[in-house]
Amino acid sequence: MTPVLFLAQRLSAAVLALAVAGHLVTILYAIRGGLTAGDILARTHGNLAFFAFYSVFVVAVAFHAPIGLRNVIREWTPWRGGSLDAALAVFAVMLLVLGFRAVFAVYAA
Amino acid sequence: MMRASHKQPGFLAALLHRLSGIALAIFLPIHFLALASVLNGAAALDSFLAVTQTPAVKASEGALVVALATHMTLGLRILAIEFFDIRERTVAVLTACAAAVFAVGVAFLLSAG
Amino acid sequence: MPIRVGNRARGDFAHAAPCERGCPPYDAALRAMSAETLTVEVWRGAATGAFQTFTVPRRLNQTILDVVTEIQRDQDPTLAYRFACRVGMCGSCAMVVNGRPRWTCRTRVSEAAGTDGALRLEPLRNFTVVKDLAVEMTTFFDKWRDAQGFFEPARTPAADFAVVPPATPARKAADEAIECIGCGVCYSACDVVAWDRDYLGPAALNRAWTLVNDVRDTAREKRLAAVAGDSGCQCCHTHMSCTSFCPKGIAPTYSIAGLKRALFWQALKGGGK
Repeated sequence: MTPVLFLAQRLSAAVLALAVAGHLVTILYAIRGGLTAGDILARTHGNLAFFAFYSVFVVAVAFHAPIGLRNVIREWTPWRGGSLDAALAVFAVMLLVLGFRAVFAVYAA
Repeated sequence: MMRASHKQPGFLAALLHRLSGIALAIFLPIHFLALASVLNGAAALDSFLAVTQTPAVKASEGALVVALATHMTLGLRILAIEFFDIRERTVAVLTACAAAVFAVGVAFLLSAG
Repeated sequence: MPIRVGNRARGDFAHAAPCERGCPPYDAALRAMSAETLTVEVWRGAATGAFQTFTVPRRLNQTILDVVTEIQRDQDPTLAYRFACRVGMCGSCAMVVNGRPRWTCRTRVSEAAGTDGALRLEPLRNFTVVKDLAVEMTTFFDKWRDAQGFFEPARTPAADFAVVPPATPARKAADEAIECIGCGVCYSACDVVAWDRDYLGPAALNRAWTLVNDVRDTAREKRLAAVAGDSGCQCCHTHMSCTSFCPKGIAPTYSIAGLKRALFWQALKGGGK
């Protein structure tokens, strides 16, 4: 892991510490008495605060997860080098795309 | 004979941190796809959520919540050691992490019913 | 742990007659121990090989080094192993004893073997085995060099001696980690070294940290760059085996954390890569 990747990893970790704490509290509160789509959408539809919160969450995760996986794959499998970095970049983009799609979906639907 | 380095509490912490991270990384795209199914109408998400009411899935959800809490608490420990130069008593710190994760797990069980 | 010089009256020289002064407890212990034997599995070969089992009488205050020496001198002269000072100063005798890397001269059999008297001796992990219990140390010291773990003086001599108050934070940080004698126990214990052959390892990084904190050194930038590679200090995952097993009580984990911090702030401010 290079210093730049380390920087991104630790900064995104700090952001996620707050985001995950908030998300866990929200989950534990929201699932009481069962969870339906209506429950979720009632909270997120048109809610700019949720939209902003989860957007930041998605960006942080898109940095944090691929860099973490890079360490695991480099250390526990023989795969390393440019092809691994490229594959993880694709994974990062996938997380961004799917993540923003989901955030938008619950905001606008 | 298990090597002594694998009996260290720091190794167990790193292993749990890594395994929970892998589980979350695999889960996340599925999570995003499930949420986005609401683009096809709320009914699509509801039918997905209905599928997830089985005990097996509920258990997996609990495991994921525990994985999330585990990854976060152990990650906070790393940030403390690396950035605040905390000289820890490893076993005590890990016990505190485990207690926090247990609390989250219990809260999930109570909330999920 | 204090080293006790051999004391005949305490039964250290078990091949001699029982205590001449007739100390009953020691005589009894000595007789009991002489009836006991140790079953010692020793690695023979190099990268491939097998464990060979020896039987060694159990003696009072015996160290693992005593056991290995007795095997080599009395039972099998082809056994290869290293030691030098035998009093816990040089680090030459390090090997893996019952799964744990440690100094054999400083490890009592009573501490390592337990009641069943079983011992397993292997060469240090993560090193290339030369023969039996002796390992090749070259890669270990090459990484020391690659981490810029050596002092770089100024090009021209200073006008006067450097004044470095011991209580300054930088000097305290350096002093905490300076006692390393390069024994290789931490490198052997490190899982990341096992997983990534290019990882510089705890000893080299620990030494680099002491020099980063040495105000007289002039190669700080070069050194930070040296430990910043893809297999540099950022690869430490805080397992802390190095810190647990270091016979000198050094904590390479915290030295490496210091390097991580230094590089983090450097990267944040846009310098270096």
